[in-house]
Amino acid sequence: MIRRLPLLLAAVLALWAAGSIRVPADKPDTFAVNEWARLPVVSNGRFQPLDSLARNSLLQLRDKQTLNAEPWADKAKMLTAAEWLMEMTMNPQLADTRPVFRIDHPDLKGLLALPLEKDAAAKSDGKHYSWQQLQPKLEALQTEAKRAAAKDDAVRNPFEKAVMKLWGTVGLYMKLQNTLQPQNAQDWNAELGRYFTSIEPGRAAAIAQNSGKDYDKAALEALMKDLQRFDAMGQLEGALVVPVGKHEGHDHDEQWLRMGEALMQIARGEPPAPAVTGYAKMASAYKAGNAPAFNEAVRDYRASLASEFGRQLNKTKSEQLFNFFEPFYKGMIIFTLAGLLALAFWARPAQWEVLRRAAVWVCIVGLAVHTSGLVWRMVLEGRPPVTNLYSSAIFIGWGAVILGLVLEAFWKNGIGVVISSVTAFITLIIAHHLSLSGDTMEMMRAVLDTNFWLATHVVIITLGYSATFVAGFLAIVFIVRGFFTSSLDQPTAKSLTKMVYGILCFATLFSFVGTVLGGIWADQSWGRFWGWDAKENGALLIVLWNALILHARWGGLVRERGLMGLAIFGNVVTAWSWFGVNMLGIGLHSYGFMDQAFMWLMGFNASQVLLILLACLPLRLWRSFRGLPVPATLPKGAAAAA
Amino acid sequence: MTNAIWKFFTSLRLTVTLLGFGVVLVFLGTIAQVHEGLWDAQTRWFRHVLVVREAGDPWWVPPIFPGGYLLGILLLLNLFAAHIKRFKFTWRQAGINLTHSGVILLLVGQLVTDMLSRESVMSFREGETRTFSEASREWELSFIRSIDDKQDEVVAVPAPLLRDGVELGDAKLPFRVRVKSYWPNSEPAFRAPMQKNDPPISDKGIAKDWDFHAIPETKKMDERNNPTSILEVVGAKGESLGTWVASAWASDPMMIEGVKNAYTRTVGKEVAQSIADKLATPQEIEAGGLKWRVALRPERYYKDFSVTLLKTTHDKYPGTEIPKDFRSRVRLENKSAGESREVEIWMNNPLRYQGLTFYQSTMGKDEMRDVGRSGLQVVRNPGWLTPYAGCLIVGLGMCWQFLYHLTGFISKRRTTAATA
Repeated sequence: MIRRLPLLLAAVLALWAAGSIRVPADKPDTFAVNEWARLPVVSNGRFQPLDSLARNSLLQLRDKQTLNAEPWADKAKMLTAAEWLMEMTMNPQLADTRPVFRIDHPDLKGLLALPLEKDAAAKSDGKHYSWQQLQPKLEALQTEAKRAAAKDDAVRNPFEKAVMKLWGTVGLYMKLQNTLQPQNAQDWNAELGRYFTSIEPGRAAAIAQNSGKDYDKAALEALMKDLQRFDAMGQLEGALVVPVGKHEGHDHDEQWLRMGEALMQIARGEPPAPAVTGYAKMASAYKAGNAPAFNEAVRDYRASLASEFGRQLNKTKSEQLFNFFEPFYKGMIIFTLAGLLALAFWARPAQWEVLRRAAVWVCIVGLAVHTSGLVWRMVLEGRPPVTNLYSSAIFIGWGAVILGLVLEAFWKNGIGVVISSVTAFITLIIAHHLSLSGDTMEMMRAVLDTNFWLATHVVIITLGYSATFVAGFLAIVFIVRGFFTSSLDQPTAKSLTKMVYGILCFATLFSFVGTVLGGIWADQSWGRFWGWDAKENGALLIVLWNALILHARWGGLVRERGLMGLAIFGNVVTAWSWFGVNMLGIGLHSYGFMDQAFMWLMGFNASQVLLILLACLPLRLWRSFRGLPVPATLPKGAAAAA
Repeated sequence: MTNAIWKFFTSLRLTVTLLGFGVVLVFLGTIAQVHEGLWDAQTRWFRHVLVVREAGDPWWVPPIFPGGYLLGILLLLNLFAAHIKRFKFTWRQAGINLTHSGVILLLVGQLVTDMLSRESVMSFREGETRTFSEASREWELSFIRSIDDKQDEVVAVPAPLLRDGVELGDAKLPFRVRVKSYWPNSEPAFRAPMQKNDPPISDKGIAKDWDFHAIPETKKMDERNNPTSILEVVGAKGESLGTWVASAWASDPMMIEGVKNAYTRTVGKEVAQSIADKLATPQEIEAGGLKWRVALRPERYYKDFSVTLLKTTHDKYPGTEIPKDFRSRVRLENKSAGESREVEIWMNNPLRYQGLTFYQSTMGKDEMRDVGRSGLQVVRNPGWLTPYAGCLIVGLGMCWQFLYHLTGFISKRRTTAATA
């Protein structure tokens, strides 16, 4: 029975993960939230379901994909992102009472006269605030934002950065509220009907006015009032929600418009697109609390898209499913379990082999979930796995898991699994934090729009990062187990040395080839192979450092612990190349700047240096290796053989 | 003694030391870019034998440090020496040998590129034809005389020769030029007629309408320096013919357009146009019965073929400002080779012709004429193929080496496992 436990555990986890690949069904007599959220829109330059727009917007506003509508109360009242977006787009007055703006900077709270502490009477938890609470002081915010905007980002202080961030989210909020209907609409379907009937008389009045005749002033004013608010909607540059198919009388291909633009076009004589009338019916039904009418409007609109926009409907359906699956979050949980099992195994390696096997199987399930997420993203984007910093974190973790499992297959001592699960966990956490800035499937700007180079250079160099990190973490295992525990016996130490060496060879190969391929790409697109650009230099640093370690080893200049120290410094070099250069904010490669990450990077570097110092301490201070004879130098032959 | 030197140059210790210095150099050379600018930092740290601390450097700049050239050359020597000493052909060593020869090729190739490559820019509007490309950083003072409708005679002086107080001449020119001042970077200001102005900085040419003054050189990636020079022209008999001002601002249609756009916001389109026209007015020097135009403009590299910009495409992703596609359709005409064909150049797809490579670089719009504008980066790099070969060779070498050892390792483990 105990022998079968590992497989059983893995099977349970696999079922749990696979079982979550579904979108919860909408209850029959309530609003069909998820069906609505599957509708396609174009935001950030790409097709996506309203569900993604909702989640990414909420992430930008408050770093979470769900919303607690009453954070001051003892009992949370949770809304999903889609439920919140429904309120935002179809019942803005209600949405304005939801505490969606996360504000942390005390001076900013002071500026906006917001409650600083949790205060149920003031409907505040001291962190999240609603539009209603912000609105009275918007002017003060605007003044500060104008002042901060005039400065370079690098010289803004934390308060100014917080102001800029909030000002950005205020813009996003207004955009969202004007996505499907004018923000001030009360009964949008009825208002739209009145607009349709006002067009003819209004146009006639305008023509009459232009030719100096008597005209119907009221008719003209009614039309102008609507046109003005539609124009304002379009000006906000929100998502494109109105697909216009190819039909007779048009010479253009299918195209997507903003609601405001589509409404303006109707005044010019275009027939209203199904999205205009469809969303209007939904909005009025939603506001009136009429679920059956709303659900029918959603179904009708979907049906109208089926013939011409089937591809987009499929894609948004798949993306919504992906959103609910949350493979990387689930992977994180599974990898944590695998790591704990392997660590427990180390406590009694002789007796608890079953734990190691369990760890391996759980890790394999984790890899399967991770891989499915990675591949799913690739299919959705139509791109190779790494397209931005977020996906590089996902991919580095993925590569490290595979390397770790390969090591485990060779050595069967739990080290590989620990490496797999720890690196996967850390990189997925990093990815999670990177995802907070919004859409992670953004479009590639022209120079990056080449699947060939993304698939070769970027993938190879990222695997080089993976391998260097794996070598570094193996070295950390060596130092930590050797210094703090007595569990590092000679065979384990030897096997770790071989692992580090082997992985470093792999890392050197990948980082070198990846770096040179990057140069060749640069030669193809900018006309210079090597420009000493920050990112290029970062990659070169990894190559040089790995080459240094290998040569130092071959020359017998370092032995076991020296090798470990150097490999740990490889972590610092790689972290610099991966993240540090983005913080410099210079060069052709600097696409993203992040300051919070800077402190983390410094902390990480400090911890690595500390570990290296530990590696340098004399062996008599270590808990392992005590009383063992230490060879003075490597035998000559050994160096040459390595 | 020779033995000691030989030993020094063949040692792995030297390799490790050089690589260590290399790591530090690359790191420092990267962070130096923050305040020195990409171009200057590159030149100072990587294109020199030694990096020497200068006044005003941040605290972390060491008093003296080996530069890119020194480390590169020492690494090459180290590689060569080690190979001469240890080289023997065995399958065991084949991977290492291959890897190292690839690295040698890359280092040498990079050195060649560094010395021989030249970058310039060809920019035009739709419909325009160019027979030359322009340097992006080097300037020249040129004197131009029309011989007939199609031909000009040009005498050009590279900007580095324009030092204050220098007197320049050429057999073709009926006058000599005394450099009164040369500013590597400058800013223009219009001398509005109603305002109280200082006296003009020169007595001839555009200076009656335009002032220029020196500003500090910029080191930013996305800005360029625009030099201005004040010149005194001296006739054959040593008599002064007057002073002129030659400025980068006045020679480049793009800059003039920028000036015009800036003024349009404040004074309206028509007045802005007339202000800009005053900047663009050709400046003529009459001497020996001939008219010479003077201009300070980017150095030009003439080609024996012409390129005409036919059409530009600038696509963005729907609803965003993210560029999706830049491309230029051009006609390439080479009369001597009887060639005339259309070519499409876009991001990551350059045109290679006559040892030159044309890359899609910038893209814009000429608002006045409502036509597209395109900038092609033109690069001459005889060593461009070496990275391709080098990468392949090193990749193969490393794969060979690691696979050789991996198979050895696996079979050894198999035997140990079997015996155990």
